[in-house]
Amino acid sequence: MPLSKRIIPCLDIAHGRVVKGVQFVDIIDAGDPVEAAIRYDQQGADELCFLDIRATHENRDTLYHVVSDVAENVFMPLTVGGGIKELSDIENLLHAGADKVSINTAAIFNPQLVKDAALRFGSSTIVVAIDAKRVADHWECFTHGGRKETGLNAVDWAKKMADDGAGEILLTSMDADGTKEGYDLALTATVAETISANVIASGGVGTLQHLADGLLLGKADAVLAASIFHFNEHTIAEAKAYLAKQGICVRQK
Amino acid sequence: MVTVGLIDYGMGNMHSVTKALEKAGSQVVHVHTPEALMQMDRIVLPGVGAFRDCMAVLQEKGLDEAILERIQAGMPFLGICLGMQVLMQSSMEFGFYQGLKVIPGAVKPFPETHPERGFKIPHMGWNDVLLGANHDHPVLSTLQGQQVYYVHSYVCVPDQSEHILAACSYGDHPFACAIGHDNVLGVQFHPEKSQQAGLNMLKAFIDWRI
Repeated sequence: MPLSKRIIPCLDIAHGRVVKGVQFVDIIDAGDPVEAAIRYDQQGADELCFLDIRATHENRDTLYHVVSDVAENVFMPLTVGGGIKELSDIENLLHAGADKVSINTAAIFNPQLVKDAALRFGSSTIVVAIDAKRVADHWECFTHGGRKETGLNAVDWAKKMADDGAGEILLTSMDADGTKEGYDLALTATVAETISANVIASGGVGTLQHLADGLLLGKADAVLAASIFHFNEHTIAEAKAYLAKQGICVRQK
Repeated sequence: MVTVGLIDYGMGNMHSVTKALEKAGSQVVHVHTPEALMQMDRIVLPGVGAFRDCMAVLQEKGLDEAILERIQAGMPFLGICLGMQVLMQSSMEFGFYQGLKVIPGAVKPFPETHPERGFKIPHMGWNDVLLGANHDHPVLSTLQGQQVYYVHSYVCVPDQSEHILAACSYGDHPFACAIGHDNVLGVQFHPEKSQQAGLNMLKAFIDWRI
């Protein structure tokens, strides 16, 4: 079997708890991050992604505790994002037990950050998250949950970040996110074919077929999903069995 | 309880490896000095970072000589990722640097990337451990039929095939994912990140009787 395609459940974290919400509104408490991590571990998730959606300077310690608790209980790659602004934030997260960090807004406002971080911690540690939205005939990068336009062409930006040393691009389509109608496959495939770094497809998953589409048509190296796993619509094991039937190489537990 | 000396050279992923070794049933001590190494039952050299920096720290602390002495004395040694690569004679990562020279051969980059073929660097994700003739290796045999987690851009190329204990293939490029001899084992993948398969392997290492 060759290198497996990865299935990555994503958990939104606020104030040290897992939260569920749609478009950052109606956020409800959805439990303990460690319990959720253990559940996904048992289901055979290939990695976990934790995004602190309420990251502020004051609650950093809470996030470090969450990461540390999770890393003591599950033994798989752990990506953590939210509020990373400088090298010391990355160092603290890695020290707490994260394997990779996801940098979003700070990469745009401080383009040197990704270069410095890749040199210091290694490319495989640095994930750059891109929130892309279709504008006319191309895609642009947005920040602040898709509210602020940056004027950056998303495909060019992905290439620049990969050239600067990002090992992976976590590519979220703001158009698809929350729709449950599937990934933006054109966006995903365009970025995947343009850059040499790994691409994680994100935003829009509503069915298991969407995961397959992201890998086969979107040519992603990994697929990230939140709600279909959160709300127990499907387990990771079901997703893998479904993908395997379509000839996609996935790791069976 | 077996005491594992985990070499701390200031840049490894100490936290993950410590927790995994504890979960697998050992007591873990972070080792910074040659003297501390003498008290241990097992040595683990973890790996994240650059070859040059790792060797520089080991040399500065005198840990390079101490590790070699312990290996000579027959103590079970496990090198993980970069900790495997420094077992080689030399590395071409960011220049040319000398390693611990336990295994003849060099550390080399993967061949050129071929994005159009889906062959990206780093090699990142879950892939095989093909044991071939070494299917009964006391530590590696626990990984029969399992996939494990890899993250790396460079590979070990031993001069002698007998030092290759297991192989993996990425794109169309086969490489040594486990090397060693006698009481020495180096693995390119991360057992501490490979869920139950990795914990099983670490347990076998803890229980390893030469």
